[in-house]
Amino acid sequence: MKHKKKLSRAAVRRRVWIFLVLAIALAAFAVAAPYLTPNDPNATNSEFMKAAPCAHFPLGTDKLGRCVLSRVMMGARTSIFSSLCVVAASFVFGTALGALCGWYGGALDEIVMRVVDILLAFPQMVLAIAVAGVLGGSLLNAMIAMGITGWTLYARLARSAVMTMKKEPYIAAAKLSGCRTGRLIIRHVLPNIFGPLLVNAATQIGTMMIGIAGLSFLGIGVTPPQAEWGSMINEARAYMQLAPWTVLAPGGAMLITVMIFNYLGDSVRDLLDAGGQNDG
Amino acid sequence: MGSTIGKRLLQLIPVLIGLTLLVYGLMYIAPGDPAAKKLQAQGVAVSEETLKAAREEMGLDRPFIVQYGSWLSGVLRGDLGTSYKDGLPVAAKLLKGLKNTLLLTLASLLLSVAVSLPLGVYTAVRQNRAGDYIIRFLSFVGNSMPNFLISVLLMYFFCIQIKAFPIIAKNSFQGLFLPTLSLSIPMMSRFTRQVRAEVLEELGKPYVAGARARGLKERYVLYKNVLHNTLSAIITIVGLSVGTLLGGSVVVETIFSWPGIGKLAMDSITARDYPVIQGFVMWMAVIFVLINLFTDLAYRRLDPRVELGEGGQ
Repeated sequence: MKHKKKLSRAAVRRRVWIFLVLAIALAAFAVAAPYLTPNDPNATNSEFMKAAPCAHFPLGTDKLGRCVLSRVMMGARTSIFSSLCVVAASFVFGTALGALCGWYGGALDEIVMRVVDILLAFPQMVLAIAVAGVLGGSLLNAMIAMGITGWTLYARLARSAVMTMKKEPYIAAAKLSGCRTGRLIIRHVLPNIFGPLLVNAATQIGTMMIGIAGLSFLGIGVTPPQAEWGSMINEARAYMQLAPWTVLAPGGAMLITVMIFNYLGDSVRDLLDAGGQNDG
Repeated sequence: MGSTIGKRLLQLIPVLIGLTLLVYGLMYIAPGDPAAKKLQAQGVAVSEETLKAAREEMGLDRPFIVQYGSWLSGVLRGDLGTSYKDGLPVAAKLLKGLKNTLLLTLASLLLSVAVSLPLGVYTAVRQNRAGDYIIRFLSFVGNSMPNFLISVLLMYFFCIQIKAFPIIAKNSFQGLFLPTLSLSIPMMSRFTRQVRAEVLEELGKPYVAGARARGLKERYVLYKNVLHNTLSAIITIVGLSVGTLLGGSVVVETIFSWPGIGKLAMDSITARDYPVIQGFVMWMAVIFVLINLFTDLAYRRLDPRVELGEGGQ
């Protein structure tokens, strides 16, 4: 997507900073969540089932009398942490594999690129549902299911970038000066292809978050007592006419978080202007 | 062109083998015994003996590669096996759901395009005015909302608050409305932004300035030239989104109890009904590859300069 909006570079950079700060604040909040929750997120209370928001339970309680606010805060931890983990792992794995393929070519390249073709020839979420469903419900399995296709774009990007870069004179110069291959790739090649990879990572976070929450919603993500937004919405939708806050609170938290990360992704893309990227 | 189609269909073979092998392998190593599930579903007491007999009957005692091989040879003969749950042929079960899923997907696609095309053009023409900002912000919100959240909110509003629809979708137009809307909202948000970007890019090209300078009406330039020239790009965007729609349909069908293959797949996952899951994955791959092929062909129809590429993406 090309943005024709005439934004000065400084304005775009400012936007990146704003959303980066917001995203980091959210992540920090998520890390600190266990110390900030007003109540025990897993403590049930038979006297306050489906209680409306009040001073003690700022966002009310669910059908087991658990504090919704505390669970939403703990859910932030699950959602943000798991998505960032999958994106980081996909980034490292995909880039490394793609760079190796681009550098060495040959049989490895052929095999890896065929696997990438196969994985990209299938709707990502459908495969994730099948994989997570077959492996059985757990957060780790949901993360694996999302990661199975997550690395493919990095591998493609890194591979094609390395292949063009290989022919550059400065690489030959570095080689002649006795630089070993591993060091050559890490020090001289990767820094130059970092931009498009970073854009891919930044735009992937929101998608990953929605995906993992979707799996949890379907009951093939996190296992019940653990607080997670998708599974909270799934549990609560059966009685949302009695206690709408049980759905609205995790839903709102999820929407705001995904929006912040999506804005971050968009502004990083505008800044680096990678061009030709498509959100898939 | 015929050879291109043939080549594309040949590319389907490694895709299908790779995907089914992956899913089969995962089912093999996954915890949970389908034989025990089947016995429980039939109300038979699960004992060492009955379990062994059931495993033998279902072929689960054989080595992995033999199991996969016999499944594959069945597929080549057009036999997808029978469901563990009710013993019905998998192909028949899938076919029954497929019609509903395609109906849902198609309706969502049409609704998304019908809404986003005018909105995209409008926001591009009114760039950086109030209307543009509002629609862009709304589309950003829509794009950041997961399908399941939209479905639950729509259900709350339409079924519980204003009681316009029954909670369980009937297989009718009325039942189709909410699932379609749930699938369409993120899609139309994304389309609107993409159409806007395409139209803006086209509007910046020299021929538009030339046409304006020659005194052509703005309306004429927009509809006759700009829109026509962006159409091929828009078709590609729509084609690429079908995969997202198919993934979303699993979620939405489950929520609204819409009897499509997505719901069937979720039910089969819960019941560990492996043959149905396998068949589902296979069919999804076929549909997805075929739709991409159609997209490419349509693209070439609209823009004869384009040569069909080799890549199967």
